[in-house]
Formats: sequence, structure tokens, C-alpha cells
Amino acid sequence: MKHSSIAISNLDFSYGSSPALNDINLEIPAKSVTAFIGPSGCGKSTLLRCINRMNDEIPIAKITRGGIYLDGIDIHDSSVDVVKLRRDVGMVFQKSNPFPRSIYDNVAYGLRLQGSLPKSVLDQSIEEALRAAALWDEVKDRMNESAFGLSGGQQQRLCIARTIAVKPSIVLMDEPCSALDPIATAKVEELIWDLKAHYTIVIVTHNMQQASRVSDKTAFFYMGNLIEFSETSRIFSNPRVKKTEEYITGRFG
Amino acid sequence: MFNPENLILKGLPKGHIKDRVVRSLMAGLTYAIVLIAALLFGKIIVDGAPVLFKAQAPFVDFEFLTAKNETLHVFDDAQGTRHQLPASAYSDYIKKHEGTPIFNETTYSYSGGGIAGPIVGTILLTVGSMILALFFGVCAAIYLSEYAKQSPFIHAVRLAILNLAGIPSIVFGLFGFSVFVLAVPVITATPSDRSLLCVPLFINDYVMSFQGWNSSLMAGCATLACMILPVIITASEESLRAVPQGFRDASLALGATRWQTIRKCVIPFSLSGILTSSLLAITRVAGETAPIMFTAAVAAKDDLPWQGLKSPFDLLSSQVQALPYHIYTLAARIPSSEYTQRAQYGSVFVFLVIVAFLSLGSMILRSKLRSKLKW
Ligand SMILES: Nc1ncnc2c1ncn2[C@@H]1O[C@H](COP(=O)(O)OP(=O)(O)OP(=O)(O)O)[C@@H](O)[C@H]1O
Ligand SMILES: [Mg+2]
Repeated sequence: MKHSSIAISNLDFSYGSSPALNDINLEIPAKSVTAFIGPSGCGKSTLLRCINRMNDEIPIAKITRGGIYLDGIDIHDSSVDVVKLRRDVGMVFQKSNPFPRSIYDNVAYGLRLQGSLPKSVLDQSIEEALRAAALWDEVKDRMNESAFGLSGGQQQRLCIARTIAVKPSIVLMDEPCSALDPIATAKVEELIWDLKAHYTIVIVTHNMQQASRVSDKTAFFYMGNLIEFSETSRIFSNPRVKKTEEYITGRFG
Repeated sequence: MFNPENLILKGLPKGHIKDRVVRSLMAGLTYAIVLIAALLFGKIIVDGAPVLFKAQAPFVDFEFLTAKNETLHVFDDAQGTRHQLPASAYSDYIKKHEGTPIFNETTYSYSGGGIAGPIVGTILLTVGSMILALFFGVCAAIYLSEYAKQSPFIHAVRLAILNLAGIPSIVFGLFGFSVFVLAVPVITATPSDRSLLCVPLFINDYVMSFQGWNSSLMAGCATLACMILPVIITASEESLRAVPQGFRDASLALGATRWQTIRKCVIPFSLSGILTSSLLAITRVAGETAPIMFTAAVAAKDDLPWQGLKSPFDLLSSQVQALPYHIYTLAARIPSSEYTQRAQYGSVFVFLVIVAFLSLGSMILRSKLRSKLKW
């Protein structure tokens, strides 16, 4: 299955008894970049984790209403295999979380899960993924060293490489550039542009310039509610809601 | 205004006296404990070390470690020289000096020869029970920490396991006796008279007979394993939980199944913790007397465990000697005298050395693995 468009309808979500998302309705077209923006704690990560069902791992987390559809298929349907879903919907986490293994093994991890590949194929895919994540030049001579020896920004790019190595059709990125310098950030943004040709991308960011640079559409969240969702150019030039304008111009949040 | 006068101590304020009294009281108690430990170890080392170590090369009395346990015969010959011979050497001596009389003969049970039997028995019991306990314990810990939903029921299970750790070992001994020795099923063609229940299997004459494994290595290992299971489960679960959630999330998000995640991202990083805490359990298994008293241990045995066996299975179903039980026998069953001290202090000393090595091993392993695995 190769899904690419995401539809979120009437989604209510809560952690235990405290609601985190209220009545979210969102249509994310295939092969586009969508940015989620909003103040800290407004539920961006929570929504992102709903899309690949990572919230299943949190015992108290549950969707109380509504659902999420990838190309029209309900991801909570009993016929959907959550393992295959996650293979298809890659995720870069907010906290970078490389495995305490070598750089090579980190990127190879997802590929090896799908069966044993010849070494040459594996090497090739790993190089491609690392190049795409703008990390290849820095690590090509130390592939067998521990990933924990990398800097914070390098670790973040390693996690991006690890995610795109398995070629998912949707890539969810939770602040992928939070620890990167402007040059690496520019490279990741370039990567997002490249990926857009084949993948659907959702990116959470606190950087307004980044949102306006990379995304086609932008969703603004506030306290668990979707306040505004439209073309990025429109959100940044002519927002409909006052709250959005205040946030974008930095008057709060 | 800062006044330097305030800093200067004039006389002894009340609080200071209290402080000093408490301090010296605490220190006194601490050193009293250290003193007791020092006396205990000192006595054992002073009396026990000479049994194991010799002044000449190779400095270690391997005889004591590798010889079988025998009755000690003490007697004077016609010249008035005193001989101390273990039973086998004694009968050789009698054969060789047939006709010459011996005088003042006394015998001391278990005091001659060495302690190979108990050492080997303890090793077999320890290894067997650790294999069992690790297998069941790690599986249970994985289930509790990785699969089970954190429901009240699971909390109750966890609490029950914790409580199990506090049960006295003699209770485990009796449990093992009534379950493993008397009641567990065996498949046999000739069920014993006291079999609780026979289920025919319809293959020749074979029946499943609930008659237990008798007092045997197998029953002892199972009993010891039950005793340390709670420790292993609790420690393993803690090590599993110490693995950062981020590793699991990353693995699952890459499309790994739960079992792949556990195998590749959880177990490898918790193995060190599981193993080090298990090493601590080893010292406990090696040292317990009560659980094996009714289930596996025998005071005297002529052969080493693997001698005179018809099949490897016989090893599991035969009784063994064990160091702690041997020490108990030596201390409780035979009157202490200058001739028994070699066996008594020697056994205790060897036992202490073994336990010390195990503890040291676990400490070294832990610090090594700790420094290697950081996140
Ligand atoms: N595992 C959890 N258990 C309970 N509550 C949670 C959990 N994760 C998040 N929350 C709560 O849900 C709300 C939304 O959190 P979320 O992580 O989605 O915010 P966010 O928009 O990603 O913020 P940030 O920009 O700081 O990452 C917050 O109030 C948070 O406290
Ligand atoms: Mg977040």
C-alpha cells in the first residue's frame, strides 16, 4: 500500500481525562508539504503521532471521536496492520533518538527489518539516505563509530536519514531542524523540497521563516484547536483569524 | 553590616554538642559492625586459609579441592606415631601392615579427604537453577514491561512477585519438597506406589504418573529457581524499563514489530543489567541450605555426581552434595575436635572464597558494562 493523502476528520483526542485535541478537521493533499505551527503544548506533536498511530504506545492516550484516513482508508480499521502503516508513514521525532549503535547500523536498521539485503544494496541505500540528509560528507569515514559520538545536530540529521532510508510515502517531521545551524537547516529544507516530488510531508516547526519557505500549506493550532488552515502564502500574508496573525508576528507564544 | 565577630566561635553552643554526640554515636555503631565482620572473617581466614594454602609450591592444596569426601580414621601405630587417614588410605594401610596392631583408633565422619563432591554439587545446582530462573524470569519480565497493559491486575501481579521475594527460603524448601519431589508428573512405565494420579498415555505401558522427581538435582534446581525467580523478574523488569522509550519509539516508527523491537532495541541494552543482577542472585543460590535440604542434597555420597551413571538423565535425577549443606552437616552432626577442624574451616573458607569471587565478578562486570553503555 502506498498512501499519500491524509484526511483528519472530527478528531477528538485525550490523554487520560485531559483533552489534547478538539474536533480537528484537516485535508492534507498528496505530494505536498504541510507545516504545523502553534505555541508550545498546543498539540502539534500529538496530532502528528496520531497519523502513524504512535500514540498507541501511550497507555492513557486515546482518540475519543473521529478518525484519520490515508487515501480514504481508516487507519484504525481492523484490517490495517499498524506495522505496515508505520513502515509507510515515517517519523522524525522531536527529541532525536539514535540507537546506541554504529552510524551504519542506525541507518540500516529499518532496511534490515524488511529482510536481508545484499551488502552492496544496503551500502547504496545508506549512502543515498545520508547524502539526502546532508550528513554523508561528515560521517563517511566513521560509519562504524557509535552514533552517540555525533553532535546534536548530526544526530538529528542521522534520524532523518534513518527515516527516509526505508522510503516511506509520508514523512512526519517533528521539529527536524531544532538543533541545526543555518547551513544544515538549508540542506534539510532542500531535502524537503526534493522529497516533495514523491512524498507527502508534514513538518512541525517553531520557525516561521522555515514554515513560509518550505510549506505549501500551513495549519495553525492553539490549545488543542485548529485555528486556521490554508495556503502558506495566505496564512503569512493575509491570515483570516486574529490569533494567527498575532502568533506569526510574534506578539504571543 | 557584616560583622566578622559573628564567625568566631565563643565557647561551645548547645547545638554543637548534640551534633558531636550524634556523630560519635553513629561512627561507633558503624565501626562496631565493621569490627564484628572483621572478627568473623578473621577467624575463618586464620583457621581456614591454612587448609587450602601451603607454604611450598604450588601453594594451593588441590587435594582438598579435588578429593572425595571420606571418613577420617585417626590411630596410633606400634611406634606411637599418630596417623590421620581418610577411609580409602586407611584400608590400604591396614592391608599393608596386616598383623601389626593399631591403638586408640577413632573415626570422624566426613572429615577426611577433600570437598570435591560438595563443590561440584553446588556448581551443578547453581548453573541449573540459574538457567531455569533466567529463562522463566526474563520471559516474565519482558511480558510485564513490554507487553502487558499497565492495569490494576498487572500491578497486583507485580506486587505478588515482590512479596514472593520476602518468603523465607525454608518455605520454598517445603514447597519444592511437596511439589517437585512428591507431585510433579513423570512419564514412566513403572509408576511408584505413592503416585498421586496415573494418566495412561496409550503408548506401550507408559503412563504419566504424578509421583514427583524424588530428591534430585532436578528438583533442587527447580526449587532454587522458584526462590530466586522474584529477584530475577524484578531486576530484569527494572533493567528493561531503564531502556529509554525513545529507542522503542524509533524502532516501532521504522516499521518494526513489537518482538523485533524487543529483540533488537530493548534486550541488547538491558542485558548488562539483567546479567549483573543475576550474578547477585547466583551468590544467593550458591549459599542457600534450606531449599535443597529436602529436595536435592545428601550428606554423604561416594561418587562424584557423574560417576556411575547409566545415562545423562540419571545425573538430573540423582542426589548431590552441596557446600552449604556440607558445612551444616560438618557443624551440626559431628563433634568438633582438632581432627575435624580441617574439614570444617576449610569448607567454610573455600565457600567464602567462591562467594567473594562471584560478588567481585558481578561488581566488575557491572562497572565495565555501565561505562560501556551510556545514553
Ligand atoms: N504522554 C503524555 N501524557 C500526558 N499528556 C501529554 C503527553 N504528551 C503530551 N501531553 C500533553 O498534551 C498537550 C499537547 O502536547 P504536544 O506534545 O502535542 O505539544 P506540542 O504542540 O508538540 O508542543 P511543543 O511545541 O512544545 O513540542 C500538552 O498539554 C502536553 O502536556
Ligand atoms: Mg512537540
